[in-house]
Amino acid sequence: MMKTTFPAYRPLALAVLAAAALALVPLIGPRAVVQDLFGILCLLVLALNWNMLAGFAGLVSVGQQAFVGIGAYAMFAAVILFGLDPLAGVLLGGLVAMALAVPVACFVFRLNGAYFAIGTWVAAEIARLGLGQWKALGGGTGTSLPKGTTRDMLGVGPVKEWLGVSSAAASDIVLYWLALGLVLVTLGMSWAFLRSRMGLGLQAIRDNAMAARSVGVDPVRLKALVFLLTAFGTGLCGGLLFIQITRITPDAAFSLLDWTAFVLFVVVIGGIGTLPGPIVGVVVFYALERLLSDYGSAYLIVLGLFGIAVMLFARRGIWGSLSGRTGLELLPLGHRAPDPAPALRP
Amino acid sequence: MFSLDTIVQGLLLGGLYALFAAGLSLVFGIMRLVNLAHGDLIVLGAYLILGLGTVTGMNPFVAALIAMPLMFGLGWLLQTRLLNRVLGEDILPPLLVTFGLSVVIQNGLLAAFTADSRKLAAGPVESASVAIGPVHMGVMPVLTLATAVAVILGLNLLFYRTALGRAFRATSDDAVTAQLMGIRPQRIFAMATGIALVVAAIAALYLGTRANFDPSIGPARLLYAFEAVIIGGLGSLWGTLAGGVVIGLAQTMGAAVNPEWQILAGHVAFVLILMVRPRGLFPRAID
Repeated sequence: MMKTTFPAYRPLALAVLAAAALALVPLIGPRAVVQDLFGILCLLVLALNWNMLAGFAGLVSVGQQAFVGIGAYAMFAAVILFGLDPLAGVLLGGLVAMALAVPVACFVFRLNGAYFAIGTWVAAEIARLGLGQWKALGGGTGTSLPKGTTRDMLGVGPVKEWLGVSSAAASDIVLYWLALGLVLVTLGMSWAFLRSRMGLGLQAIRDNAMAARSVGVDPVRLKALVFLLTAFGTGLCGGLLFIQITRITPDAAFSLLDWTAFVLFVVVIGGIGTLPGPIVGVVVFYALERLLSDYGSAYLIVLGLFGIAVMLFARRGIWGSLSGRTGLELLPLGHRAPDPAPALRP
Repeated sequence: MFSLDTIVQGLLLGGLYALFAAGLSLVFGIMRLVNLAHGDLIVLGAYLILGLGTVTGMNPFVAALIAMPLMFGLGWLLQTRLLNRVLGEDILPPLLVTFGLSVVIQNGLLAAFTADSRKLAAGPVESASVAIGPVHMGVMPVLTLATAVAVILGLNLLFYRTALGRAFRATSDDAVTAQLMGIRPQRIFAMATGIALVVAAIAALYLGTRANFDPSIGPARLLYAFEAVIIGGLGSLWGTLAGGVVIGLAQTMGAAVNPEWQILAGHVAFVLILMVRPRGLFPRAID
């Protein structure tokens, strides 16, 4: 098959162009569009993180809602109990999620394969039920951010003056830009990580664990690193999401459907184990949601059937099949073989 | 610290969880398939029994007898048409397919029956109780535990005393060699899933008569069932019963301390046991 790889700068230029276009949306688009896109960008962050876990590190977790919820609760605690800025709370949320990922990892890394998946789910349930006991944050019925929290949030004032919009709209715009930034950073870091020596080791483990170990790759260390880093990214995203939602309950913060099931379908439909896959998946997801929004539960049925169909007929997802068929590669992860030594050249 | 009553209630609750888990354990032990739709299939079974009862006016126990062969057929179809295609070294495809199936069943039931809570009416037996010494026990919970023991006993007899059971064990241990001996793993798998769904229909009967159910309760029941299977150890049916009892006991004891801790206590017990024994209490097969 002909392999037509883009020159390295082309996808980069494309990415910069797309990012710039997205960054300009709040300047021209109505507020509802900004809010919608914020949700989509957050879903993409979650998908990029889950794809690193399941697609590259082989850690099939169905408990990532644990870190969304922990990040969200840490942000709420920072604002309500310590009076911090919500954005400081988001950062704290990421750090707390990463810190709590350590004991979770100590438990789930003892289990393999299917047991691992169930173990992560149980861990998320324990976090949900445990935080439901935190009376200062409303216990099982939850609580809301104090009025005016987002109005005083870092960056809202300047944006409000600059664009001449209301405080509420300005906070939406700030959150939107942060979510976009998080997408770009996650994407960039994932790419850099996977191209690095460690990322190469990770993909070697995925392709053949025995062979990888024989050349000195330590699977547990690498997988644990990915687990912690994705917990950080997922926790940050949880904090951001719940600033906009403004109300938290254990059931919403640790929702299996919202923060793991949708994410799973996005990644699988787009193409698991490829970097552009989640982006394609999120676009399809959004289109389906728009198309079927009037039919209630039919939307979820179609999504489920779509996911099953992908697993049956095109296991590499939309992007994986497309790139396999056309040889098209954006964000390629392969390395070119090194030049033969000069002495061997004819 | 805990009254005898608490412990007996925990034991009886464990019977229900063991029923949820028995079919799962069978499928998991034979083909390493993690069926994330098992909880929703039990709920589907409860709606099937409810539907049969409403249309014909028969008692849920009789309706369950009719639901059992129907569920067997569903299991057979599910395995041959869908699950056999995705089974393999990689655990991700079956996991995702059953996850998708779970979402489809849940929302299908929601569209067909709305989110209203339903219950199977079993008649006067529901409120009957027996007293043994100082402990009063409901007849239905006792019947549930007795059924769980009977189901596990029956599955064990099938597993160790019949030709089909031999084929199950052979396929579980080494599918390739079993194939050389003239066993067709795909048919064996279809039988196993069929039987698992028959057990799911029995579980559905007790789920529906014990408390209200609605389309969304499957995943939580699935989680308890999985905990029971994993605590018991891969491929051990008696282990699954023990696992169910462990979860049931932990939940009633947790609830006795603080009603809000019921579910949490079950999950914590699961984590503690796996920290000590990562392969469960009585593992038979090697994963």
